[in-house]
Amino acid sequence: MTVADSVLLEARNVDKRFGGVRALQAVSLTIRTGEIYGLIGPNGAGKTTFFNVLTGLYAPDGGTLLFAGAALAASSPHTAAARGIARTFQNIRLFANMTALENVMVGCHVRTRAGVLGAVLRDRRTRGEEEAIRRRAEELLHYVGIADRAHDLARYLPYGDQRRLEIARALATGPRLLALDEPAAGMNGTEREALRVLIEGIRKDGTTVLLIEHDVKLVMGLCDRVAVLDHGARICEDVPAVVQKDARVIEAYLGPGENVHA
Amino acid sequence: MDIFLQQIINGLVLGSIYALVALGYTMVYGIMGLINFAHGEVVMLGALVALSVVSVLAGSGLPGVVIALLGLAVAALVCMAVGFTIERIAYRPLRKAPRLAPLITAIGVSIVLQNLAMLVWGRNYHAFPPVLPASQHEILGATITSLQLAIIAIAALMMAALVLLIQRTRLGRAMRATAENPAIAQLMGVDIDRIISFTFVIGSALAAVAGLMVSANYSIAHYYMGFILGLKAFTAAVLGGIGNIAGAMIGGILLGLIESLGAGYIGDLTGGFLGSHYQDVFAFFVLICVLVLRPSGLVGEKLAERA
Repeated sequence: MTVADSVLLEARNVDKRFGGVRALQAVSLTIRTGEIYGLIGPNGAGKTTFFNVLTGLYAPDGGTLLFAGAALAASSPHTAAARGIARTFQNIRLFANMTALENVMVGCHVRTRAGVLGAVLRDRRTRGEEEAIRRRAEELLHYVGIADRAHDLARYLPYGDQRRLEIARALATGPRLLALDEPAAGMNGTEREALRVLIEGIRKDGTTVLLIEHDVKLVMGLCDRVAVLDHGARICEDVPAVVQKDARVIEAYLGPGENVHA
Repeated sequence: MDIFLQQIINGLVLGSIYALVALGYTMVYGIMGLINFAHGEVVMLGALVALSVVSVLAGSGLPGVVIALLGLAVAALVCMAVGFTIERIAYRPLRKAPRLAPLITAIGVSIVLQNLAMLVWGRNYHAFPPVLPASQHEILGATITSLQLAIIAIAALMMAALVLLIQRTRLGRAMRATAENPAIAQLMGVDIDRIISFTFVIGSALAAVAGLMVSANYSIAHYYMGFILGLKAFTAAVLGGIGNIAGAMIGGILLGLIESLGAGYIGDLTGGFLGSHYQDVFAFFVLICVLVLRPSGLVGEKLAERA
């Protein structure tokens, strides 16, 4: 098995219930190292719920998640970050009153160490680390193309730049898997194209990408493989060309066949 | 003697103390949306512990400043331990409870600490031993003692250090991130339990410093002093905009000035009908005005995003 074929994330029969609603029903999927993996489905299909389980915001009610071969403890978000999973949000959730640079610097938190003692003593190692964090954050802002906005408060950034900033912040955690929740939402054609280039670049630089997206054209053009969720169940997982022709997928999106012709 | 300038000096001293205590309220509120009504009692513990240590060492022949610093060190350690423990056993289990539960708990903790202090130190007022040099300086007709100068300087220094900590360090960034959005901060690898503990510890250390300042400046401490002091510092935090660090500093200084000038002139203004013992009225008049006219405080922002 080559590196490209090795499994990075394996979900086995993951369940999540909210009261009587089964938001995820025995969802199984496999994300390989180095691929761009799309997760699509109609509204309410459970895509974001899956993201929340994956990143430790929700504990699953059943099933297991294996990340890089070891079980993902379904407990706390900061351990998910430490294991190498980072995400962005459908509704942008930046630290609005911190600068763009500081947002990314917070993202570096999980890979750095300076604590109380360092903050008080300001010894050489602490200052060196702080300098390294700043440089890394500046690089990442440059990488996503918003270096010129480094010192603006996040809430004053234009919408498209806020999405880029979220990606930079997520990359700052040094993820092996970057999960993007509808990154193209609300973007115009130019911004979408720039985003597509950015995501491909991220993959090329060695980070596996999991993408939730409504823009089917973007998903089909970008993803190596795609899984489709409907009513909390995974109804299909394959390469885009196959998924697009799958009868269940067409039904999930368009309703049962007879309605289409009605 | 120039009354006006004298009251400004008194106000700055009082205000510096309020500011240090107000920071404890505002930091905890900023991080977890809780008004920690037990914070005033932590100041009281700081005052009494420092006073006890200083009393024990008063006859030891050590220089007065060294004695005071030793008292401060012990008080700070005790207060930090108390602050840490309060959060751990009283507030952490209620992290996900409705907001009223931790608020009531805070009042409960406050009563417990007061009574513990009463058991240890009794109901009497304790005098602060005169170990510190009492030299006075004349400035344009007003007098300021070395102690008052030291209080203003130390408070300013501590506030500057706090701002640097919050703005310039990895830990401070994590605190601000947690204050804005704990869930997202966690996703970035921030251990918010540690950040919250640390916030309580820092606030308690500032409270210990304030406690020593109060007991040394007014030469007195007793088990009940934390209540009114805490309420006033809370008022200062609200005046500045609760949750806002700069607001707590500005609110504290401003409240000290208002009280001091108010106490100095209330006799003249009312033709002698009301005397300076009505000083406390000003703080709560300010609190009511702020809550009615500008609930977000002087430098606070609209809190809609949190709600």
